[in-house]
Amino acid sequence: MTAVLLVGLLGFAGGVLAGLFGVGGGVLFVPTLALGLGLGQLNAEASSLLAILPTVVAGSWRQHRYGNVRWRAALGLGLAAVVGVEVGVRIATALPEDVLRRLFGGLLIVVAAQIAWRALRPRPAPMRERAERPRR
Amino acid sequence: MRLVAIGLVAGLFSALFGVGGGVVIVPLLVVVLKFAPRPATGTSLAAIGIIALAGTASYATRGHVEVGPAALVGIPAAFGAVAGSALQQRLATRTLSLAFAFLLAAVGVRLIV
Repeated sequence: MTAVLLVGLLGFAGGVLAGLFGVGGGVLFVPTLALGLGLGQLNAEASSLLAILPTVVAGSWRQHRYGNVRWRAALGLGLAAVVGVEVGVRIATALPEDVLRRLFGGLLIVVAAQIAWRALRPRPAPMRERAERPRR
Repeated sequence: MRLVAIGLVAGLFSALFGVGGGVVIVPLLVVVLKFAPRPATGTSLAAIGIIALAGTASYATRGHVEVGPAALVGIPAAFGAVAGSALQQRLATRTLSLAFAFLLAAVGVRLIV
């Protein structure tokens, strides 16, 4: 029960951080599912893809209302990606889980570096975002 | 054509790591297709909807998707994301970004060792 509450809270926190930093929830959901609920790396990644759907649907809807979604491009990207997804799933299921886990750990470090670099740049991205905030 | 290439890379990345793929889509849209940052983010988000759906379906047929845990994390997260993006308009501290980067790096190291 405590673990369930904790994971729910971590999910909420993951959403807040995703909204704040503009990263998808996935980088946070995978470790939450793996370290918090004890899922294997492969199942944590697979379940993370389902877990990001509610956030993505809500986010897309909001971005659509702001006029920020180019739907034809999004559709083209998404459909082309289906082929890539199939290849990715095959690679992930073929790899030993500890290799997959280490690869994911490496990805987290790269994302961390990217966020730190953005923060330390002379003109921080969040300020520019604020200036560009669309009128409702 | 370049859009198709970006989609292929994003799909592979997303399925391999169980993440949306915005980390690769947004920069590629900006650099390769000259999107402005905001449309890049919005378009990436919509594309991720399709990508995550495809990934979920593909993993589900192989029996790797655990619906209960996914809902437990994903549903609170949707509410969190609304709060987070509202906060983003007010709160822009370097310290917070660096703290988050540190947290991610720490989890990364934890997963590697």
